[in-house]
Amino acid sequence: MRKALLIAGAAVALAAGPAMAQQKSIKIGFISTFSGPTAAIGNDMRNSFELALDHLGRKIGGLPVEVIYEDDQQKPEVGKQKTEKLIESDKVDFISGYIWSNVLLASLKPVVDSKTFLIVANAGPHQLAGELCSPYVFSTSWQNDQTPQAMGHYMNQKGVKSVYLIGPNYAAGKDMLGGMVSTFKGKVVGQELTVWPTQLDFSAELSKARAAKPDAIFVFYPGAAGVQFLNQYVQAGLKGQIPLYTAFTIDELSLPRQGEAALGIPGAQEWVNDLPNEANKKFVADYQKKYNSSPTFYGAQSYDAVNLINSAVVAVKGDTSKKEDMRKEMEKANFKSVRGPFKYGNNHMPIQNFYLQDVVKNAEGKLVLKTVATIVESNQDRFHVECPMK
Amino acid sequence: MNISLNARNITVIVLLAALILLPLYVAVTGDRFMLTLFTRIVIMALAASSLNLILGYGGMMSFGHAAYLGIGGYAVGMLAHEGIGTGFIQWPVALLVSALFALIVGALSLRTRGVYFIMLTLAFAQMAYYIASGLSRYGGDDGLTIYKRSQFAGLINLSNKIQFYYLCLAFLLGGIYLIWRLINSRFGMVIQGSRSNDARMQAIGFPTYRYRLTCFVIAGTMCGLAGALLANHTDFVSPAMLYWTRSGDLMFMVILGGMGSLFGPLIGTVALLVLEEALPSIIKLLGSPLFGDAAGRAAEYWQIVLGPLLLLVVIFARGGIDGLLQKVSQKVRRG
Amino acid sequence: MLLFIEQCLNGLQFGLLLFLLAAGLTLVFGIMDLVNLAHGSLYMMGAYFAATFVAWTGNFIAGVLLALGATLALGIVLEFVALRHLYGRNHLDHVLATFGLILFFDELVRLVWGPAGMSLSLPAWLNTAVEIMPGVYYSMYRLSIIVVSLLVAIFLYVLVMRTRLGMLIRAGASNREMVGALGVNIKLLYTLVFGLGAALAGLAGLMQAPILTVQIGMGENILILAFVIIVIGGIGSIRGAFVAAIFVGVVDTLGRSFFPDLLRLMLSKDAASTAAPALSSMLIYLLMAIILVARPAGLFPAAGK
Repeated sequence: MRKALLIAGAAVALAAGPAMAQQKSIKIGFISTFSGPTAAIGNDMRNSFELALDHLGRKIGGLPVEVIYEDDQQKPEVGKQKTEKLIESDKVDFISGYIWSNVLLASLKPVVDSKTFLIVANAGPHQLAGELCSPYVFSTSWQNDQTPQAMGHYMNQKGVKSVYLIGPNYAAGKDMLGGMVSTFKGKVVGQELTVWPTQLDFSAELSKARAAKPDAIFVFYPGAAGVQFLNQYVQAGLKGQIPLYTAFTIDELSLPRQGEAALGIPGAQEWVNDLPNEANKKFVADYQKKYNSSPTFYGAQSYDAVNLINSAVVAVKGDTSKKEDMRKEMEKANFKSVRGPFKYGNNHMPIQNFYLQDVVKNAEGKLVLKTVATIVESNQDRFHVECPMK
Repeated sequence: MNISLNARNITVIVLLAALILLPLYVAVTGDRFMLTLFTRIVIMALAASSLNLILGYGGMMSFGHAAYLGIGGYAVGMLAHEGIGTGFIQWPVALLVSALFALIVGALSLRTRGVYFIMLTLAFAQMAYYIASGLSRYGGDDGLTIYKRSQFAGLINLSNKIQFYYLCLAFLLGGIYLIWRLINSRFGMVIQGSRSNDARMQAIGFPTYRYRLTCFVIAGTMCGLAGALLANHTDFVSPAMLYWTRSGDLMFMVILGGMGSLFGPLIGTVALLVLEEALPSIIKLLGSPLFGDAAGRAAEYWQIVLGPLLLLVVIFARGGIDGLLQKVSQKVRRG
Repeated sequence: MLLFIEQCLNGLQFGLLLFLLAAGLTLVFGIMDLVNLAHGSLYMMGAYFAATFVAWTGNFIAGVLLALGATLALGIVLEFVALRHLYGRNHLDHVLATFGLILFFDELVRLVWGPAGMSLSLPAWLNTAVEIMPGVYYSMYRLSIIVVSLLVAIFLYVLVMRTRLGMLIRAGASNREMVGALGVNIKLLYTLVFGLGAALAGLAGLMQAPILTVQIGMGENILILAFVIIVIGGIGSIRGAFVAAIFVGVVDTLGRSFFPDLLRLMLSKDAASTAAPALSSMLIYLLMAIILVARPAGLFPAAGK
């Protein structure tokens, strides 16, 4: 039946003549994970996306908007299939989302081939910042290496001389550990990559880390794996013995489950919930009101994605066929980001600040994430030189 | 050739006509998604047909057939990654490696029967899966994107969706024809006889092991071809293609369509994949006026009928859709 | 050295968990000649029931016991409604029909519990480390898994070797028709055996839940390992399942721990990390293939086969 409607619609469109100047609505496809243990992240992103649309009055550039959410099940091949469906069957104007770097890399070709604009709201594989950069792809998050690089700087400041690395064996895991090493001035005494996403038992890696006697351990474990890792780190009796430094392992979603285990463990982030700019205050407050929980950086990035898209459509007054103009507008990052103002590099990756986040108990005794300091300002990823775009 | 005009044959003829005319429909309506969907269906039907050869006709319950899809796909992907983009090398390699793998697996497994055969074929497929996920150079579990489809020196452009579709369709029809010739030959007779009573066939004097091994290798090679096509279709290969549950999906298509019938796998594949696409929309559309929001949610969970459906088909409808259609014609004729 | 001891304990714990899963599978296969792929689904249901009941009652032990009962009941219902129609059919029918059941259970769980999966937290008294040797800390919970599994293994041994029911089970594994001919209520025996197998699977599922996962499809990965174990051990043999399970558990765990280091001597770090887990998994399958080709009846075939 849907196919019949599609035929009818297509016939009308054909009959109406080529190159329609005005579109009736804006269609956005959103790929994230909505099943399995990391579904909470997908829901956070969806909630934030929806909130941003609410704040815009459910209109992008004055046109009504339709969002189609698809589940990648955390699998590259599924994400790719859903991406193709969004492009070919639903014929979306924009695609956004993508938590996982491997899913994004698998889905990249169909998006770029079809010249559809992709606003990545989380994943930041180095290939995308480098040789695979495309005029049609923008990021409202970061390049994977940036956050751990900031952590490396911080660890230098703290006088850490040796580190043991543990992370998941997929595109992002390798980027994260590599990024940290690129700025860290001390010695790497060991590195373990675990099977992703199935391995949730880190006792072997923790034992090896303990045996190597490093000054510190650095980890990257997003989502539910972060919960497991931290619990096992504490259970192994390591918490008082070897300090832990993290990237993307402690966030507003995992913190309630990690509990006291996360107290005092630092992480780096381009966005923390208490950033003082106006857009962020409104975002966090309204999110808490509407959904009764706190947003994470995943959500903050999705919120920004909506506003980036909006800025582009506003600039072309709703005529989404003017792709060059939309691209030029988006390159200006001409919208109020919840992380504060930022610029785009030649590879459409943000040049932004990175903050130190710590886990503390607030006045009510509740565990919260707090911005403690700015680690680096206006940080640009190190792969932009490999991108052929000017 | 005497083709009677019963329900089953009419269905098959209509289906074949629809498949051949599909690009025309797509050109008129511009619905390229249908072309993508049906290219996938045609490729999977080829894979299912190859499984039907050993399962339906030969009674060899291989639970590792998806491995050949993966092997064919990875042959194309790995070579493309290394810079060897010409299909004239990629595809023969895909076929060769598939044949070799089938030879090894078959030689060892065909000495056993029943669940042991199932487990051995499964074990080999899982080994192939783990090999694929252990190759970090080719992406491991992240998979491998294929940036340029197999090149054929200008003879045919696989990036042209219509040309590619017809190529796949040609292979499917060729494969079915090959199976038809095999089954109706002495070779096929030995294979089918071996399924029902191996001891008797041996007593007559046939070296059944050799025949069945040959059949196994042919099926594996055919599936390897499907794998090479699939890699070109999706521009992507990943170890997930080889996971044992994919073999189960293939079996589902064969069983649903009708084991041991020539066009059964095609019917089963079409039924299953079209159902996957269309059923949620149909449920939502038909149910919304009556049940409102619940229909939308029901549409999301429709897959829950798949499991019991397979169970019922296995217990009651052994011939699958093909068998049911034949029964329909019989009833019509009698009534 | 300490690392090695710890890994051996982990391997033992994993192996015992696998034993629980494999024991049910081999019993059902041995007695009823039923290839049950849905065994992994019972494992999954055990975990989901536990997560639900523990949250509901607020008490870990109560929740676990309720979950065990629920899985047992589910197994009996499943046998009664669906599986008894499959007795006597060929193995392919079993495989296909129970594959269908896997699909069904996955969707059912998605419908009832949602797609996100669940988590099961440990009570404080279990969530600590025990210093079993100077310098070697081991998780209290994992230790309790080992203890519980060993107790169950002993219970099974006593059941199968020293009770009348056990005698019937052993007889049924050797010669089904004879047992039926001797006037034993075969239907009841089958239902009980299946229920027992389901409870064992559920126990395995709920025990790993706090340290690993409660999510849709969790049975599919471990099911294949269970089949490998019963094939290696010998269909119908609990003792074989025990030996094979411990062996597989230890080999897999030690392999995943020490293979990467071994490989790093030859390959790049990246390649080694990716290849190592794959290799150690492959090792298990290779082993099974060798055993199947050399000793098709497994290491400890049931007497009479």
